[in-house]
Amino acid sequence: MSPALLIGGAVAAAALLLAGAVVLPDWAMFLTTMALAKGLVSLGIVAMMRGGLVSFGQGLYYCVGAYVAAAVTDATGVSDIVLVTALAVLATGVVGALFGPLLATYRGIFFAMLSLALSMVLYGTLAKIPAIGGTDGLNVASPTFLGWAPEGRALQTGLYLYVAAVVVIVGAVMRIYFDSERGLITLAVRENELRVEYLGASTRNAMAWNYVFAAMLGGFGGATAALALGHVDPEFAFWTTSGEFVFIAILAGWISVPAVFVGAIILELVRSFSNLYFPNTWQIFLGGFLLAVIFLLPDGLGSLARNTLRRLRRRTKA
Amino acid sequence: MELAAVILVDGLIYAGWLFIVSVGLTLVFGVLNILNIAHGSLYAIGAYAGASLVGVYLAWGGDAYPYGSYLALILAAVLVAVVVGPILERGLLRHFYGRDEVLNVLVTYAVFLMLEDLMKLIWGVNPYFVYEPYTLLGDVEIGPLFYVGYDFAVIGLAILVGLVVWLSINRTRMGKVVLAVIHDPDMSRAMGVNVPRIYMGAFIAGVFLAALGGAMTAPMISVTPGLGVNVIIIAFAVVIIGGLGSIEGAAIGALMVGLARAASVHLLPEAELFIIYLVMAAVLLWRPEGLFAKAQARKI
Repeated sequence: MSPALLIGGAVAAAALLLAGAVVLPDWAMFLTTMALAKGLVSLGIVAMMRGGLVSFGQGLYYCVGAYVAAAVTDATGVSDIVLVTALAVLATGVVGALFGPLLATYRGIFFAMLSLALSMVLYGTLAKIPAIGGTDGLNVASPTFLGWAPEGRALQTGLYLYVAAVVVIVGAVMRIYFDSERGLITLAVRENELRVEYLGASTRNAMAWNYVFAAMLGGFGGATAALALGHVDPEFAFWTTSGEFVFIAILAGWISVPAVFVGAIILELVRSFSNLYFPNTWQIFLGGFLLAVIFLLPDGLGSLARNTLRRLRRRTKA
Repeated sequence: MELAAVILVDGLIYAGWLFIVSVGLTLVFGVLNILNIAHGSLYAIGAYAGASLVGVYLAWGGDAYPYGSYLALILAAVLVAVVVGPILERGLLRHFYGRDEVLNVLVTYAVFLMLEDLMKLIWGVNPYFVYEPYTLLGDVEIGPLFYVGYDFAVIGLAILVGLVVWLSINRTRMGKVVLAVIHDPDMSRAMGVNVPRIYMGAFIAGVFLAALGGAMTAPMISVTPGLGVNVIIIAFAVVIIGGLGSIEGAAIGALMVGLARAASVHLLPEAELFIIYLVMAAVLLWRPEGLFAKAQARKI
């Protein structure tokens, strides 16, 4: 992607999100904050998916990030959002660096299952430790912003703007990463791993780095979600939570970064509305939606934008 | 000594249950190459169907022949298999044969989501109880310990199911055809095997085993929504430990997980929830494709 397009895209996204801070009603702002936080987790899955790996256990990092945020605000009284999320990212980065090199040798279904097993180990552990709330979880104090301690709508807006800023920056960085040498090696691994190795590139190295980045994104998403919700519980690591992140990643596809956040917002909207109007049938809709995406848009929402661009270009040439 | 005996018996009972619940999963993966997340939902459907059918049986005067309720449980599993199996296989899964394994996991994840709500539509959200078959076999006394006879029937059923599945794959003509299809579907087709029919048959057998697991569990629990969510992950652990597609592997996996969980319940109750996944993670770290996985050549 050309630098002009990247900067233009980032500015447009920033403007759009900034406008949201003014026009969105309270419920929609909270929904978007959660969607963006989850979108960041799914962006990590997309980073791995570009190399053909799908993690069914990204809830592990979502949960670690959330519990770190809860522990930091609870134990030290530090509630500054930048510090809390930075610590969460650091913690998940360390955990990711421990497991990353190990998991980087696994492929396909075994990678999915091993990552799932790790997240379920965390779920089982947290649920059985009464000191940190067991299955009830913990409450998380409201965040402050560099000394500013807002309440109500201002707090909502502060959280939203913080996540939005991170989304724009991280989105741009990940785009640059995807187009970098390691990012392209990742893409090549999905096509044919053995050839990539014969050409002299380390697939294991690329996969391990993708894994660590995904872990850090998961930690950030988890910490932000914990601060926005004001509560964490072991369900953050349960496999259905991880399934949701995979859902967003599949919906978005591997091509486009903004598509991940569009996908996350769509999922949150669908869930809120159908939960409200069809509390016992919304998963039917969700499952059907997922099947439709797999059938009709195998490369996800991102391919829509790409195909439209191509068609436009062809038309201008003709 | 007594503790060891308790752990052994509890572990064997749990292992028997685990094996019945997971053998269908490994069978379907072995033949169709699909790791079926919806297996958990099929288990839950089997439990609902079993509870409903036993309820109907008892209401229609089955009280006079209480042992007939076991037939009702098996009939429920057969019904689920012949109704749901063909719909899922012909309607959806056949479009995904030969596709990426992970993509197939996602397809069955979508099916899982849909079936979860479909069950709420059919059976509502209130729990179902059918304890009659559970108490029917009386108690078993082992030394100073009392066990419910039904639990031992579960072990017996697990051994029976394992033998039938193993024998029909390894000792019958149909089983040899299935093995040929697993090994090379294209060549089998060239030799005149009706491959789609083998796929459908294997899937229906898998659905039957899942539903049988559920139906057999129904008398032991209260059947409520969300039953399949936990079962599927435990079944995954069992078949991954044994090596996907291996019947023997599923048996070994079930024994390992069953004994580990029983030991944990009695020695370290805090670990009960995650010991299963710990065993799975440990086995995968040691043997990345499970204990009984066949070696595969890397293809360029």
